[in-house]
Amino acid sequence: MRNIWAIFKRELRAYFDSPTAYVVIIVFLLITGWFFTTNFFLVAQADMRVAFGIIPFVFIFITPAITMRLISEERKAGTIELLVTMPITDAEVIVGKYLAALALLISMLIPTIVYTVIVAILGDIDMGPVIGGYMGLALMGAGYLAIGTFGSSMTENQVVAYITSWLMVFAFFLMDKMLFILPNWLVTPVEYLSIEYHFQNISRGVIDSRDLIYYLSLVVLTLMLASRSLAARRWR
Amino acid sequence: MIEISHLNKIYGMQRAVDDISFNVEKGEIVGFLGPNGAGKTTTMKMITCFMPPTSGSILVDGMSVEEQSLDIRKRIGYLPELNPLYLDMNVIDFLAYIAELRNIEKAQRSKRVREIVDVCALGEVLHKDINQLSKGYKQRVGLAQAMIHDPDILILDEPTIGLDPNQVVDIRRLIKQLGREKTVILSTHILTEVQATCDRAVIINRGKIVADATISELQRGAEKHNVIEIEIGDASDAIVDKFSAIDGVDEVREIFPDGSSVGRNFRISTQSTIDPRRDIFQVVVDNNCVILGMERQVRSLEEVFHKLTMQN
Repeated sequence: MRNIWAIFKRELRAYFDSPTAYVVIIVFLLITGWFFTTNFFLVAQADMRVAFGIIPFVFIFITPAITMRLISEERKAGTIELLVTMPITDAEVIVGKYLAALALLISMLIPTIVYTVIVAILGDIDMGPVIGGYMGLALMGAGYLAIGTFGSSMTENQVVAYITSWLMVFAFFLMDKMLFILPNWLVTPVEYLSIEYHFQNISRGVIDSRDLIYYLSLVVLTLMLASRSLAARRWR
Repeated sequence: MIEISHLNKIYGMQRAVDDISFNVEKGEIVGFLGPNGAGKTTTMKMITCFMPPTSGSILVDGMSVEEQSLDIRKRIGYLPELNPLYLDMNVIDFLAYIAELRNIEKAQRSKRVREIVDVCALGEVLHKDINQLSKGYKQRVGLAQAMIHDPDILILDEPTIGLDPNQVVDIRRLIKQLGREKTVILSTHILTEVQATCDRAVIINRGKIVADATISELQRGAEKHNVIEIEIGDASDAIVDKFSAIDGVDEVREIFPDGSSVGRNFRISTQSTIDPRRDIFQVVVDNNCVILGMERQVRSLEEVFHKLTMQN
């Protein structure tokens, strides 16, 4: 546990000591802010549906940018050799780094609370869906970041890490939009696998254990894959 | 302390380490010597638990690198090849981070960092980013990182590569000093480094051990022959036989050095106990030739190394 904490602290500092964190946060806020202000007044409803509609889309591009350096940078610089010959497990390395990425994502979401405040001032807002929406976004982001961590663990090239992560994330994003072309018997399983489907459930303000289990298992599974890929050097 | 037996590592089709066995005793400084690509780094990566052997075993303090990897890693300090460091961190943060990963108690961490900073003379650069440091300072940060938890065993992969001569002397002195209490394996392709710092050399070539001996043993082996190179004016072919007849001469060979050689050149090797220069002089005079040059060559460790690692 304390190894995870050590790695978490160092990674979070690395984000905020370099331009990465600021660029990511600024780009995210610019895009969401622009869509929010342009559409919110058109729709003229006192809820966060506009913001919650656009943020998942922005996540597809932003989350691989957050995770792309996590492990590939260490592979490139050779520091991975330093790290994995310390008395810590591969899983601790992965989890520590992943949590740092998650912390950055959450610090990126926090400023968007301003939108909620604006909506609350202008109209009568129902807080249930808002809280659900934020939970859903955090969970969805958590899933995407885990996929990105896996993507970054496979290569020493950050561009390759970005693209493979983006492809995987995009596949999860597209799943429930492609349901209409699937045969009937496949619709339910694919819908269950889709990130958006569970996000919709939660952002309605209904916290169902099935959705939580989905996100949790997605994160655990992809982080395990990342840990396996870090351990690939141990193949004989 | 470290027992390696029948170690193999195969990358795809290539056999990087081929049936290596050697032991390192507690308190020894062993130089792991070989040309580039001989398998030094691969072996070190296996000892430090970075990757497992394809077959064979490595026991550190009686523990297997595969089964008790975490326990072994606690006892080893490792300076990897090319000394990778987190370039975006400053020296003191980096050392504190490593100390934390090394599970040094929080109360002792800053004391330990201070100690190691003193040992490695890093006081002046504590708050500089690592990417701003000179190569020599980087190397010292690498050593500090490897020693921060006061390990019993130090594995140093080319600790002096890329340093200027003064820095090399510094680092060697540091290693020698450490070697009084610790077991050290250092790899290098520079022979004088082994002479200057190590008790023993393990020479490896193409994945195989070609020599495993103390420095003095190697040197003794090196001096099995005296070699004399001689340039003679007006020489006939018959003189070769005359040279061969001298007591103690093993071999006479004509050589053809390029450049401004006026006479004919011969290389005469003898047993190490005999210095045949007087006899050679006499033979030349008796045959009415003149000596244009004569040089006795002592085979250095470099040549031993060269010979051992150039075979096949």
